[in-house]
Amino acid sequence: MPTFYEPKQIVTPGDLLAEGEYLAGENTYVENKVIYSSRLGLVEYDNKKVNVVALKGFYIPRIGDLVIGTVTEVGFNGWTIDINAPYKAFLRPSDVLSRPFKPQKDELSQVLNVGDLIVAKIISYDRSHDPQLTVAEPGLGKITRGQILKITPTKIPRVIGKKGSMITMIKEETGCQIILGLNGIVLITGKTLEGEQAALVAIRRIEEESHTSGLTDRITQMLKKNKPAEEENKNE
Amino acid sequence: MNEKPEKLIDKKGLRLDGRKPDELRPVKLEVGVIPNADGSAYIEQGKNRILAGVYGPREVHPKHLALQDRAVLKCRYHMAPFSVQERKSPAPSRREIEISKVIRESLEPSVFTEYYPRTMIDVFIEVLQADGGTRCASITAASLALADAGIPLKDLVVACAAGKADDTIVLDLMDEEDKLGKADVPVALMPSLNGITLLQMDGKLTHDEFETAVNMAIEGCKKIYPMQKEALKAKYVGIKEEAEE
Repeated sequence: MPTFYEPKQIVTPGDLLAEGEYLAGENTYVENKVIYSSRLGLVEYDNKKVNVVALKGFYIPRIGDLVIGTVTEVGFNGWTIDINAPYKAFLRPSDVLSRPFKPQKDELSQVLNVGDLIVAKIISYDRSHDPQLTVAEPGLGKITRGQILKITPTKIPRVIGKKGSMITMIKEETGCQIILGLNGIVLITGKTLEGEQAALVAIRRIEEESHTSGLTDRITQMLKKNKPAEEENKNE
Repeated sequence: MNEKPEKLIDKKGLRLDGRKPDELRPVKLEVGVIPNADGSAYIEQGKNRILAGVYGPREVHPKHLALQDRAVLKCRYHMAPFSVQERKSPAPSRREIEISKVIRESLEPSVFTEYYPRTMIDVFIEVLQADGGTRCASITAASLALADAGIPLKDLVVACAAGKADDTIVLDLMDEEDKLGKADVPVALMPSLNGITLLQMDGKLTHDEFETAVNMAIEGCKKIYPMQKEALKAKYVGIKEEAEE
């Protein structure tokens, strides 16, 4: 029952990963009872399960995901939202208004207009239907301030880190609030522009170096090193 | 350049550019060359220079082309007006439309289209300089671009041609051999699964010659395959070494 790669080694589509008593996990497939990789990524063996963590990808909606999207169209009975996925999402007015929607009275473009950014949650999606969003939960809704950053959606878990270690570290070091949309869009809101900028640079670097070891330490070092310099600038 | 060579194979058994019959032209592959595309690749094979860009999966336009059970794969093979000796009209010719179809059909078995219903994957192939065997080089580059876009694939598709120049079976035909030679057999292969996704022939070959040609082309594909893998990994390996120093 051999496996053919070391954990964390880079594999390409079509690479033979394991034979025998293994289970095909993410980004793998089975053909003739052996497991192959289907994407460019890093191999991981989780007990008997073989996973490939993709290095580049796109977002496919899943129910319950927190996403950040842009309003692209205001219709008669709802908004069309671009959530950086192959499918466009739909948001219904009753979710936003928190009262019954009256088409004669309510003007939807006054609530959310084209170009507005929202934090939302996916409440329904399957193969044959486009995703539906909701903002009727605390923390969701229109974004009024902060900076937006787009990264490869497959790297969001790396930005979060093990049990959130990476993201809590960045939040503490920069004093920013960070919302990670699982569709690869990140919202950073901080008290100072410098703090926001530092968090932005850190997340960009994580995206670029996600497949290297000792990354959390390097990011911490980088943030700590840049911190005193910012305070000096403020004093000037 | 425009004079016809008398013989394609000289007395020593070497070809016009000095290659042995079973030798490939030098191949150079690069990935991620178009920042605006979701995935891209560039191939140089001999004097061939080809760019491939992949977009998607994305929404289908026009909408009625969408399939309910799988993604639509769209392919466009196009030759730049300056890619050949005599200026080529930029409008898609009969030949280009056919090659687009052939490339699409040779890539489709490798893509997990059923994962993304109601979407479309666009593949654009632009031949900047042509020197025979562009369809094969295009397939090699397009498959690499698909992998670079992060689209799940069963395997990378590699293509290579073999043919008959004078009376010898030769690998990886160049322009003169393609035009003056007696036959051309392009083959596309998914090496890990040992599956042929494209097999064409023009010209005449005997039963035995055909078999040698196909086997030779498969061997050629298997030589390009590791280069494809290296090209895909190169970007990330570089960053890794730099960061961990």
